[in-house]
Amino acid sequence: MSQIDPETARKVAHLARIAVRDEDLPRLAGELSGILTFMEQLNSVDVEGVEPMVSVTPMRLKRRQDGVTDGNMPDRILANAPDAREGFFTVPKVVE
Amino acid sequence: MTALNDLTISDARDGLRRGDFTALDLTNACLTAIEGAGALNAFVHPTPEVARDRAAKADARIRAGEAPAMCGIPIGIKDLFCTEGVPSQAASRILQGFRPPYESTVSARLRDAGAVMLGKLNMDEFAMGSSNETSTYGPVVNPWKIDDRQLTPGGSSGGSAAAVAANLCLGATGTDTGGSIRQPAAFTGTVGLKPTYGRCSRWGIVAFASSLDQAGPMTRTVRDTAIMLGAMAGHDPRDSTSADLEVPDFEAALTGDIRGKRIGLPKEYRMDGMPAEIEALWSRGADWLRAAGAEIVEISLPHTHYALPAYYVIAPAEASSNLARYDGVRYGYRAQLAQGDGITEMYEKTRAEGFGAEVQRRVMVGTYVLSAGFYDAYYNRARKVRTLIKRDFDLAFEAGVDAILTPATPSAAFGLGEMADADPVQMYLNDVFTVPVNLAGLPGIALPAGLDAQGLPLGLQLIGRPWEEAPLLALADVLEQAAGFVSRPAKWW
Repeated sequence: MSQIDPETARKVAHLARIAVRDEDLPRLAGELSGILTFMEQLNSVDVEGVEPMVSVTPMRLKRRQDGVTDGNMPDRILANAPDAREGFFTVPKVVE
Repeated sequence: MTALNDLTISDARDGLRRGDFTALDLTNACLTAIEGAGALNAFVHPTPEVARDRAAKADARIRAGEAPAMCGIPIGIKDLFCTEGVPSQAASRILQGFRPPYESTVSARLRDAGAVMLGKLNMDEFAMGSSNETSTYGPVVNPWKIDDRQLTPGGSSGGSAAAVAANLCLGATGTDTGGSIRQPAAFTGTVGLKPTYGRCSRWGIVAFASSLDQAGPMTRTVRDTAIMLGAMAGHDPRDSTSADLEVPDFEAALTGDIRGKRIGLPKEYRMDGMPAEIEALWSRGADWLRAAGAEIVEISLPHTHYALPAYYVIAPAEASSNLARYDGVRYGYRAQLAQGDGITEMYEKTRAEGFGAEVQRRVMVGTYVLSAGFYDAYYNRARKVRTLIKRDFDLAFEAGVDAILTPATPSAAFGLGEMADADPVQMYLNDVFTVPVNLAGLPGIALPAGLDAQGLPLGLQLIGRPWEEAPLLALADVLEQAAGFVSRPAKWW
């Protein structure tokens, strides 16, 4: 049985960049533990010598020229931004 | 006289070509039906202007005698598909207000074939769910009703399934990562096909789990699915996993002749606690195919039991990576920030407010299984098990099985809210018969085959060899004829 404690849940939430209130951490930890326990059925499969799947259909990916095919549309790119000014995406201050 | 919106795609196509009615007549009939169906909550962004404009253009093409099969056919588009200038928010708050400046390849193909977009369809948020209850728009209600309860149409393509079942449109696009086309089709008495991975382009479809996602048609008949798939499929240089293969004439494959086909019944799908009605329906399905000249054999897919846990590692892992792009910077929702909040607080608050509970859970599970120290134990192990699951199918096909018959779902539609207090894993069990097909990249089709004792539809699933949608549809067509499923939900909305 996999046990995720509230402190681990806090770390995972932070890695995922999702704010979780302290009082919600125990419930989250319980849910994650339940899901991980379900996943642990996989431990009873013999996977010795089995390659992890990379591509489900055995085909060679197509090659193409590594060149610019599109662009020059900053207005269209910025049109959906919650905050854009003077041709840039705007975010809170990153460096103090 | 049948109302125009009650027509199948094939009958509507024939009627349009004969000039019995116009695409605009057909479109208006659907728009009226949509206006009267608010209680179902299926169409969340209707686009009547786009629809009438496209219908007029379709009528011109039909008059000129150069109309492809889907020309003038009114359809709904799942909210997961980006549609140019039309809200496309994957039923998530985090994409509120997003209007893509581009059109997904699949919806563009349908548009170019003359299909008429009626609007965007409700779904589970980011296609994560099996009951449509995770949508930011609120749940879709199944048009099927047997008592006072409101039933789920299934998910994630629940809006598509409900709209097709309620005759609001003639067909709809769906997407299927673990059963999201086939389970809602089964819950609503409609037909839904998940093509072979790579048959339809994923470009412009909001990504959930890229190695599993496939778009497919949802319609009222197998023939309609064949027609609509023909317009959706095909190679797209913008999706590197899209297969450069010729698209066959799927409708021409419906010959009615399935003599000599060998159909496997996987013994591992006979689950403990499976309702007797589902088991009986499965046997009847095998009898119908046998009566049509197919040979029925028992087969073994020994790793079936591990498909769900492998899926619930791989899909959240890919989702956690795909959904990293929703950061409040480039599109959609951004949280209100407090004095002194920096960029990390912006990310964390935006994603906490923008994603619903199930999406947050899956992103965190995915983050965990990909994190240092757990990557091998969970993610790599799941990918190895995926190899074994695909090998099970490969061996069955190599042994001469042409297709596999299974139930589509372990139950009929359940009531909205009935699973609210259940463990998340309980909801995942809905996908037990559909998930292995995604893990193996195979085509699968769900079609209605009967009613349960309460009067709710039950579906069967046929699974085919890779790229063999055409013979799969031929089998489904014969099964559909034999089942003779003609029940429609009585209108209460």
